[in-house]
Amino acid sequence: MGLKSDEFLIRRAPLAMAARVGASDLPAIPGAIPAEQDLADAAAREGIFSTTVGKVIAWGRYSSIWPATFGLACCAIEMMGASNARFDLARFGAEVFRASPRQSDLMIVAGRVSQKMGPVLRQIYDQMPDPKWVISMGACASCGGIFNNYAIIQGVDKVVPVDVYIPGCPPRPEGLIEAVIMLQKKIAATPVASIRE
Amino acid sequence: MAILPPIRGDGTPPNRVPVQEGVPHIHPGGQGEFLDKIETGEELMEINMGPQHPSTHGVLRLVLSLDGEHVRACRPDIGYLHTGFEKSFESHTYQQCIPLTDRMDYLAPPINNFGFALAAEKLLEIEIPPRGQYIRVIVAELSRIASHLIWLGTHAMDIGAVTAFMYCWRERDKILDIMEWISGVRMMTSFIRVGGLMADVPEEFVPMVRAFVAEFPKRVDEYEGLLTANPIFRQRTIGLGVLDSATAISYGCSGATLRGSGVPYDVRRAMPYSGYDQFQFDVPVGVRGDVYDRYLVRVREMREACRIVEQAVEGLPGGPVNTSDRKVVLPPRTEIDNSMESLIHHFKISTEGFRPPPGRVYSAVESARGELGFLMISDGGNRPYRCKVRGPSFSNLSALSYMVQDELMADVVAVIGSIDIILGDVDR
Repeated sequence: MGLKSDEFLIRRAPLAMAARVGASDLPAIPGAIPAEQDLADAAAREGIFSTTVGKVIAWGRYSSIWPATFGLACCAIEMMGASNARFDLARFGAEVFRASPRQSDLMIVAGRVSQKMGPVLRQIYDQMPDPKWVISMGACASCGGIFNNYAIIQGVDKVVPVDVYIPGCPPRPEGLIEAVIMLQKKIAATPVASIRE
Repeated sequence: MAILPPIRGDGTPPNRVPVQEGVPHIHPGGQGEFLDKIETGEELMEINMGPQHPSTHGVLRLVLSLDGEHVRACRPDIGYLHTGFEKSFESHTYQQCIPLTDRMDYLAPPINNFGFALAAEKLLEIEIPPRGQYIRVIVAELSRIASHLIWLGTHAMDIGAVTAFMYCWRERDKILDIMEWISGVRMMTSFIRVGGLMADVPEEFVPMVRAFVAEFPKRVDEYEGLLTANPIFRQRTIGLGVLDSATAISYGCSGATLRGSGVPYDVRRAMPYSGYDQFQFDVPVGVRGDVYDRYLVRVREMREACRIVEQAVEGLPGGPVNTSDRKVVLPPRTEIDNSMESLIHHFKISTEGFRPPPGRVYSAVESARGELGFLMISDGGNRPYRCKVRGPSFSNLSALSYMVQDELMADVVAVIGSIDIILGDVDR
């Protein structure tokens, strides 16, 4: 299932939970003391463990990130390259590119953002349901890149909040994969109830 | 231009509904008056497609006027990727412009370098040694194949054939590996410079290219096995988006979009540059001018490009790759230690570049999309006074409204795919 052992340690089940398993239905453990330890072992054998709701929700969020298909320029080609068989973004659970922002929770801004595109980009971001994240892919999206002129917005963070920046012009597909992994760590560490301002 | 009824091809499948009587043909090629002619009655619905749309191959926005499922008018809205290249050229030295050109048509960056370098070299009146010319041809043709592979993968995916995408990307990555080996970068190589190349190719280059050339024709057979005889693909593409040769010429189309309509115009043949006249290759042309013909032309072009690469690798001459003009290209490191003039040249080129004589040139190359032209004006300074780029995608896109006239809305994506536009090349 991809559960990490440090996050989902099998803990001693609370007495109430173990009692509901029904210790009498379990095979007897030779030499066992009928105590809390015994009940916890029995619960573990039944596949019961305890964790927090926040960790489970975060696990669900970061294990299945759905990016919006939002290619702008050159970086979009490497973004498509990251989803091909050689680099296979699916290994990290982020390959389901959706054409509709309503169905996605990650916007990969792949390419230079022109002054004309800026409002469109913001509208698409606003159409995405919460919680949502943004990866700024490449030098142009992050800071304008080599285009310091009238036409290009000098960084997409002037339009939408950005979670991960990727350097490179364009970044390699491995760079995008690294950014997805960094984003997954960030999502895992984000409290469930936190609301993006 | 007179308002003409759209010309339908002979191979119109029977499931296409003929144009209804009473609904006027709207040919959007008039002098801007077509906007007034669009009927805004209850029968027509305006629908917006893009700029965020997976099948517009970038940030193209189309405003479609629909009569049921049929497109009665299509107005492209461009500029969502306007980057200001032409203005940026004016504030960079000639050599600094090369990385900018990479990002115009980002599916085949070396061909953009090629076009810019040829225009600047025409201003400078310098010649490149044969080895440099051959390596330029190899790199350009490889990137043409890489570009066509992306086109094929995405075009097939737009129509619903997802497998071709995976296959095409496999070969494209091999080309990118070669590019990375010679330049250090996968995509934006900036390998072709004014006055020659970034550097001579490493010795592994020739075996890598040979291995690719030996394998690639079989791979094209695989793609064709997926699509050429595929009844679904044929039904979606034959008779769709017909562009007759006269209309294609009048719109200024070039590349496979023009050749698909039966016009054998290829810049490599019409105005040979960099020794293209020494290579044997065919210029494939279509018959019907529909989406399927443009598909066949591009697939055939991949085979022809492979042939050119094969000939160039086999006949690759020795010698230098850069011009011997020390005012343009940096002298070798050893020469700087021994010659005061070389040290001065090195300093001058590094600090302020070179200054072509005042003049005005036009130079064109055959990019993966068509005729990529550079009109370059020098005032004697170290930066272009003006550099106008004739992007092939822009002209090809202008014919889109004509091609989708009275077609089904679902077929618009197939037509867009067939003209192989790159919005970086359209908007610049």
